[in-house]
Amino acid sequence: MSIDESTAARVAKLARIKVEPEALPALAAEFNTILGFIEQLSEVDVEGVEPMTSVTPQRLKRRADVVTDGDQQERVLANAPDAREGFFAVPKVVE
Amino acid sequence: MGELNKLGLAEARDALRVGDVTSVELTEACLAEIEGAGALNAFVHDTPDIARAQAAAADARIAAGDAPAMCGLPIGIKDLFCTKGVPSQAGSRILEGFLPEYESTVSQNLLDAGAVMLGKLNMDEFAMGSSNETSVYGNAVNPWRRGNDTAELTPGGSSGGSASAVAADLCLAATGTDTGGSIRQPAAFTGITGIKPTYGRCSRWGVVAFASSLDQAGPMTKSVRDAAIMLEAMCGHDPKDSTSADLPVPNFEAMLTGDIKGKKIGIPKEYRMDGMPTEIETLWADGAAMLRDAGAEIVDISLPHTQYALPAYYVIAPAEASSNLARYDGVRYGHRAKLDHGDGITEMYEKTRAEGFGAEVQRRVMIGTYVLSAGFYDAYYNRARKVRTLIKRDFENVFATGIDAILTPATPSAAFGLGEASDDPVQMYLNDVFTVTVNMAGLPGIAVPAGMDGQGLPLGLQLIGRPWEEGDLLNTAYALEARAGFVAKPQKWW
Repeated sequence: MSIDESTAARVAKLARIKVEPEALPALAAEFNTILGFIEQLSEVDVEGVEPMTSVTPQRLKRRADVVTDGDQQERVLANAPDAREGFFAVPKVVE
Repeated sequence: MGELNKLGLAEARDALRVGDVTSVELTEACLAEIEGAGALNAFVHDTPDIARAQAAAADARIAAGDAPAMCGLPIGIKDLFCTKGVPSQAGSRILEGFLPEYESTVSQNLLDAGAVMLGKLNMDEFAMGSSNETSVYGNAVNPWRRGNDTAELTPGGSSGGSASAVAADLCLAATGTDTGGSIRQPAAFTGITGIKPTYGRCSRWGVVAFASSLDQAGPMTKSVRDAAIMLEAMCGHDPKDSTSADLPVPNFEAMLTGDIKGKKIGIPKEYRMDGMPTEIETLWADGAAMLRDAGAEIVDISLPHTQYALPAYYVIAPAEASSNLARYDGVRYGHRAKLDHGDGITEMYEKTRAEGFGAEVQRRVMIGTYVLSAGFYDAYYNRARKVRTLIKRDFENVFATGIDAILTPATPSAAFGLGEASDDPVQMYLNDVFTVTVNMAGLPGIAVPAGMDGQGLPLGLQLIGRPWEEGDLLNTAYALEARAGFVAKPQKWW
């Protein structure tokens, strides 16, 4: 399994991280080093083994389905890079 | 009293209660020490005003006869914990300027117990690192040096600032977090004690998430007794974290009897790695001898899937990180990139994340994205989760034979020089080879300083306990600490 530059570019795109084209070869090489290390896992016999979902098995707690929080618009928006009229503001999404 | 910043939690607590010292005096001693320790780059956001107000309040509580467990004790908080109105950046540029509107449950528990917050501590970005070299604040520096060599050493990571601050006596204790070894490895590198409790003991609410199925908070302290005191104050059930355990929290300190007669301590043969330095091997054998001397039975055990823990971790942790860190999109908090004319929302995400995340975080987010992507999910992510089941089963099998705790080295080496290991990511990952199994299995683990290497650097041993039996684990650590008699302190150069 080897990652080429176009795969590296696709992964960067999926991760929404801008990577300049000239940085792709080094990135692909790093991925290959790490994936080469991970590759050992293919030696393990995992036939019939359940993938772990919870490390300390416990029933998730339930509570009544009622509103317990809210009415904190100002605090919710307090750290926004751009907030206007009670909303988060972002660049235009719809053409 | 002598230099107050050098006290541990238990000594300071006892002195406060008999009126030998005030919290204001303790706090001023630490603040002065922090002021003079810029070279360590351990504290990255100082909160002297908050500390002074909390210290005065603590003194009033003590005077009124209402002194909870941590009352008046000045501590540092890792930057990963959200602290209300105080910068909480997780060591990342992407959270520059972020001022939480809320307090993490763990830090709130400590404040409720009367603790005094001196400031926020340096760490690897988003807790991803083993040397504190991925921090936006720059490297934290280990107060220990190799003899007279002035080369700067890493305090370990990711809780490097916490380790450095406690070892250099800038505070009485500090919080850390541990996803693959981030409390225990830096504790070992700086000659202090650090415990990662059972997954679910400490609430994760308000702790900036790295890998949610592995992350746990814990104390970093100057002694095992201090770890017991502080852990008890930190943990407890929290409805705001669905994985927080609804179990009573024992009085850990009361369980420190030092009596471990008849306890069975396992020595796992798989932890004897090729190329392990003789000093580590000797330390490990010495540790086993100390526990035997204390009346424990030493038993050879096998944890057959040990070697697969690290590669499985480097699938699961990045996978969870890629999902958790999707929230840093430049919309709700933190950094947003300056946009060019015509840039849309996708460019905003991509530029923001490229500018805001450092190289190691980007690498792990992308690895995580890859192992979760269509076509690779089964081959990598599901396989890693199956291997994780096997790793946990190894421990269950051993505990089922009556083993009470497992003794291993904490790290494969002593602290290394800053810049010495940062070229090769996989080489850096190997730092966590002895600690990461514990996170994968959700178990409690503690690092105790147990000796020195030939260059005068501290070395630690790790004890791994049964789930939810931190009290018993702390007691075994207490017996080990008493026999190891590690009292060395770094010589002040900063």
